[in-house]
Amino acid sequence: MKIAVCVKQVPDSWAEKKMIGSRLDREGVDAVLNDLDEYAVEEALRIVEAHGGNEEGGPHTVTIITMGPERATEAVRKALSMGANDAILISDSALAGSDALATSAVLAKTITDGGFDLVICGTESTDARMSVIPAMLSARLGWAQMTFASKVDVDPAASTISITRVTEAGVDSITASLPAVVSVVEKINEPRYPSFKGIMAAKKKTIESRDLATVGVSPVSAWSEVKDATLRPARSAGVIVTDSGDGGSALATFLAEKKLI
Amino acid sequence: MSTVIILADFQGGVATKTTAELATVGARMGDVCAVVMAPVGQGAALAATVKQGPITSIAIVEADDFTQHGVAAVAEALAQVAQAKSAGAILVASHAFGKEVAARVAITLDSGIITDAVDVASDKVATQLIFGGSTTVHSTVTHGIPVITLRPNSVEADFTASSAATENIAVTISDRAKKSTITATQPPVKGGRPELTEASIVVSGGRGTGGDFAAVEGFADLLGAAVGASRAATDAGWYPHSHQVGQTGKTVSPQLYVACGISGAIQHRAGMQTSKTIVVVNKDPEAPLFEICDFGVVGDLFAVLPQATTAMAAQKS
Repeated sequence: MKIAVCVKQVPDSWAEKKMIGSRLDREGVDAVLNDLDEYAVEEALRIVEAHGGNEEGGPHTVTIITMGPERATEAVRKALSMGANDAILISDSALAGSDALATSAVLAKTITDGGFDLVICGTESTDARMSVIPAMLSARLGWAQMTFASKVDVDPAASTISITRVTEAGVDSITASLPAVVSVVEKINEPRYPSFKGIMAAKKKTIESRDLATVGVSPVSAWSEVKDATLRPARSAGVIVTDSGDGGSALATFLAEKKLI
Repeated sequence: MSTVIILADFQGGVATKTTAELATVGARMGDVCAVVMAPVGQGAALAATVKQGPITSIAIVEADDFTQHGVAAVAEALAQVAQAKSAGAILVASHAFGKEVAARVAITLDSGIITDAVDVASDKVATQLIFGGSTTVHSTVTHGIPVITLRPNSVEADFTASSAATENIAVTISDRAKKSTITATQPPVKGGRPELTEASIVVSGGRGTGGDFAAVEGFADLLGAAVGASRAATDAGWYPHSHQVGQTGKTVSPQLYVACGISGAIQHRAGMQTSKTIVVVNKDPEAPLFEICDFGVVGDLFAVLPQATTAMAAQKS
């Protein structure tokens, strides 16, 4: 079974983000592997481990696929140090500022050419937060959409997959035949920390760089356009009291005055 | 006027307030056609619950594929209705299901997509609040039929009574949209508290609770509020991840947000700083959240919250 995990390098979710013109300033902040993608990497590793592992030369592999600047190798190394086999980094100046439609087209072509059986993603990136790539990949590939999974069971012999989908609309049990596109929610597992051995091994693993021509997708401009981005006025602190036995009463009075109760 | 397609939103078989919000925004851009996706034989009953909002017509699409195959089938049907109606825009609610439907519709119709709009003007310029509400962005779709998802609770809905005529529209669901099959469905577990993202009051607990959410929950219940948690609290296993407010959790924008024992790292602020009124209770006077609060109490939440709860219960009675 060949599993692809789509990841994104994003600004650290603990850092302050800002726009330069109509685009996110990615230079001025620490860049990390999208938190939510770690669950996808972990789940891919658990699936192959449940079926004999992803040892070199074995039947199961986990490949990391990402699109982004050359600098995104840092995020990819993290995923490799967790235990993925290899990676593909799609990097092209024509992709700067591309939207989810273009991103999904590039990823879908790479997945098709790679002969994968299963694609696993996080539910969203912590920068753009659109949460549309897994559904777009499923639509483009014509594969089963198995998204917002809190549990994934794969039967490689029968080539089937079943998941538990958890959203605000409820809990669904969903089944399909492979190939499929999965997205996993963060409660599905506890991502492992890379071991020292894993970190050392990751340095020797292959990260194949591809440009758009190699992928075989023509550059397209984004189909949505940011007209302007403005910083909203910062909130300023209001009344702060120190509790000396009557803090709760003061709070109740504030809420009553504001007619919030 | 062109036709604006909205995907009517339902919960428990009844149209939600979000449906009226979608209609309100849609009516600025054209005649609103509300699309009701239903299992065979249930379209009329569902459509009958779409009673509010500036809706011009209701299109009922019936197919059992919607319950069996979910997002993919609904998206395919919605794209077909949009094409049949030569739609000028497509509006869908910005929740997990809605965003996925919108994503697939955008692919099918070769159209640009904007998610999580908090408003859309008559010229189809969408407003989004990004980076946890620190930045306002205006965007437009430049190709195809604009597909826009609207965040629930973000516009003032026009609750005009609707008596729109209904029509039935036939669609064809391809095998491509039937690749996954839903074998069982359970409605969301209602804990008696409102849904986090829809609640008008949210009370959240963080590291300062030490894992004991009883005071937070007691205060929340008196206010009829939803309960949230910081990432520190959910990572520690003190509260379910589904209640996490923040960058990697849910974004809330209630009338009142009460943060208890939460220091307020950017991670958390990103999920709540557009709240109308912010109240902070924390032992640490240096907690960054005090910098953006409307009212703060420097004190132990286990003393402050029970006292406030008792005082408010007394005022209520």
